[in-house]
Amino acid sequence: MSWIEFAQKNQTLMLDCLVRHIELVCFSVAAGMIISIPLGIFLSRYRKLANPVLSLAGLIQTIPGLVMLGIALVFLGIGMFPALVVLTLYALLPILRNTYTGITEVDKSLIEAARGIGMTGAQILFKVELPLALSSIISGIRISTVYIVSWATLAGLNGAGGLGDLIWTGLATYNSTYILAGAIPSAIMALVFSGLIGIVKRLLTPRGLREVRV
Amino acid sequence: MISFENVTKSYGQTVVLKDLSFTIDAGKFVVLIGPSGCGKTTTLKMINRLIEPDKGKIYIDGKDITKVNPVELRRTIGYVIQQIGLFPNMTVEENIAVVPKLLKYPKEKWQRIVRELLEMVGMPYEENARKYPSELSGGQQQRIGVLRALAASPPIVLMDEPFGALDPITRDTLQDEVKRIQRKLKKTIVFVTHDMDEALKMADTIIFMDSGRILQMASPEEMLRNPAHPLIASFMGKHMANSGATLTAADFMRTKVVKVPRTAHTLQSIELMRSREVDSLLVVNDDDTYAGTVSIEKLRTEGKAGEEIGDMISNDAPVVYIRDDARAAFDCLMTSPTGYVVVLNPDSTIAGLITKTSMTKALGEALWGEKIS
Repeated sequence: MSWIEFAQKNQTLMLDCLVRHIELVCFSVAAGMIISIPLGIFLSRYRKLANPVLSLAGLIQTIPGLVMLGIALVFLGIGMFPALVVLTLYALLPILRNTYTGITEVDKSLIEAARGIGMTGAQILFKVELPLALSSIISGIRISTVYIVSWATLAGLNGAGGLGDLIWTGLATYNSTYILAGAIPSAIMALVFSGLIGIVKRLLTPRGLREVRV
Repeated sequence: MISFENVTKSYGQTVVLKDLSFTIDAGKFVVLIGPSGCGKTTTLKMINRLIEPDKGKIYIDGKDITKVNPVELRRTIGYVIQQIGLFPNMTVEENIAVVPKLLKYPKEKWQRIVRELLEMVGMPYEENARKYPSELSGGQQQRIGVLRALAASPPIVLMDEPFGALDPITRDTLQDEVKRIQRKLKKTIVFVTHDMDEALKMADTIIFMDSGRILQMASPEEMLRNPAHPLIASFMGKHMANSGATLTAADFMRTKVVKVPRTAHTLQSIELMRSREVDSLLVVNDDDTYAGTVSIEKLRTEGKAGEEIGDMISNDAPVVYIRDDARAAFDCLMTSPTGYVVVLNPDSTIAGLITKTSMTKALGEALWGEKIS
């Protein structure tokens, strides 16, 4: 039985898993953005803190997902919440790093011009720095999202549901149909999210910042 | 009117400005010039409080600027920088209208301003307002940079080497435009540059700075006529020399001369002339004062081996003193029977020699303003 037939026969199950997977991805990436973007802005103001904080976020990234889920299981129990906590931790670094570098790489002469013509700190941030860092920030979100789509399959282990459920069931029962029914949609989902975010990025980039066409 | 009173600034051990005091009258075009690190940009940035002094006060129209909120202050002072600094995420119109928008001008007002300003520099609104900076040439970008500084009609505009990165032709055009705009709108402009041509062309008053001090503050004409310091003269180079009045014999002489004591012997002197490829020697007394000259013909015809040259000295070479007017030295040279003029220091020691070659070189330098080797 191919995984497509399986999916057709178990539409409710597939839909549940898909929706749950999307929820896991969206919530954790959103939480990652809520933490990382302000933190990245903060670090761009206090650059001495940037290295330690970015290293810490990098350290989290190196802990294997299974270990993190294990720790979350011990301290936070099973279900969606612990899975979201773990996924959010993984979503942090790319967004944080890209926000920080996006802002710090804004041409210094622009900041000086902005200050010199009488913009306040907040105006410089919102009218100059963030618009110019936007494309870098969105790239960070894109990287995080693609990561999280794949990491979220692990969350099935923790009883959080999602496409990971199908994969783990398949692994446990030597059933390749289940594995494929989880793995292939999640791979497609990663591509679709990446493409969608790419479109958003294009729409949000003003003409002046796009490649100059001759 | 902008006044600096005893302004001092240092970064760590380095003193950037030393007790600086000066006053700029309203409506004047003032150029700050000097070698790198002289403090001219620091001075400029203090006017809009991008840099704060350690000591001293700065007043604009009698008002201590530290009593004004820096953001408010900067909105009343235009600012143009060398890197142009147009916001790439905004259109030309948005860039020009930045300050009027910060000041909450109604939309029709700032739109009218943008339109008028673009017309003023010959960039029609319809063609240019919706463009992004990346779609403009460097010269056009800096035009917009200047317009952005003018948009909220500030009485004072600060310009920090605004044309330094432009090609010479564009720079020339923009200099003319800015000068025209300044005259028309009666702005006080404080302009930093290290290019003396630019300073002489633009300024009503030039402030020449070095090592955090003002060496001279004067009109371009006055500075050309009476530079207060050798450094200023060297900055003016080619412009200076045109005013011939200040040239003296010293400017035309060569200082590498072959001297011999009057006790030197004949053969020794002939040998010296041969090795230096000259046909006469300058002879000095024991106390190093000038005694006269001796030529190769004279030594050949009258000299005897082993005799001192003291008796063969002639005095037909014209003599001038080092401070003498260049014109006098020139006339001497033209009528000189020997083809050269001896230049003496006030204490009668030899300072140098004016030959036709050294005269030609010096004239060339005076004319074209560069060292000729």
